[in-house]
Amino acid sequence: MLRAKDFIRMFAVAVLVMGMSVAPISGVYADDDEDEGDDEGQQVVVSNALWKTECGACHAAYPPRMLPAESWHAVMSGLDKHFGSNAGLDAASAKEITAFLEENASTKGREASGKPLLRITETREFKSEHDEVAARDWKNPKVKSPANCGACHTQAESGDFSEHNVKIPR
Amino acid sequence: MNRLFFVFGLFVTAAGFTANSAFAETPVEVLAAIKAEASGTPGFQGFSATRGESFYKTKHNHDLSCASCHTDNAAAQGKHSETGKVIKPLAPAANEERFTDMKKVAKWFKRNCNDVLDRECTAQEKGDVLTYLLTVHK
Repeated sequence: MLRAKDFIRMFAVAVLVMGMSVAPISGVYADDDEDEGDDEGQQVVVSNALWKTECGACHAAYPPRMLPAESWHAVMSGLDKHFGSNAGLDAASAKEITAFLEENASTKGREASGKPLLRITETREFKSEHDEVAARDWKNPKVKSPANCGACHTQAESGDFSEHNVKIPR
Repeated sequence: MNRLFFVFGLFVTAAGFTANSAFAETPVEVLAAIKAEASGTPGFQGFSATRGESFYKTKHNHDLSCASCHTDNAAAQGKHSETGKVIKPLAPAANEERFTDMKKVAKWFKRNCNDVLDRECTAQEKGDVLTYLLTVHK
């Protein structure tokens, strides 16, 4: 039978251990704004809770670096007609998400067409990164749509699109 | 000694309560709120799970139903009909987060009804569907 004193000591140790196990988790979040040093060349993983919830509800929360600021501005200004769906947000949420997207947008030059692209799949970067993907893989029902990043990019949810974590379903 | 265990028990219970308070409402409370809204409609006679099931599974506009994304089995994992993104189960029995935040419920009914019916759903329709979903078991 444990004595009361021993029990209190054990409890104190348990609390201490629990506290320590939480610390590294918050460390990971704190790291979100820093360069992850990915092999694909400067993939900066940034995050915003509202962006992740709102944009990530129907599709992967596409990282801001995948479109230039003017594209994000155009996308966010037309949420009521968002690729066939009314994805309108309240004004405060839209403002916060737009700022996050624009601040972390791609800084590469404008696309040739002149007007802002609304689809990531139409950007030069997307096309060149995916040019080796076979047509039959795009048609695979498990992939369904190029919007379904997570079908092949197993870590897409955490913003990691590195080739290491690509697994094309068969 | 016994008293110590009692104190420890209190601690665990308190921790449990804290965890639960992450949910603003329960599905039953959400249903009650929808009922309060529906009661204002003339001729309201309560909700029906059968009617809710039929509404959930019937294709409305654009060849879409609730089941198009949430699947015929609301306790199963769904899939977005356009993007293919995985959708967590809709039935509260299979996903305890569902229908626990009135604001979220209102937002998604509005958005999804607009996609599927080109209009917002009535309180009657929403109440019928939730009544049905509460009968779906894992």
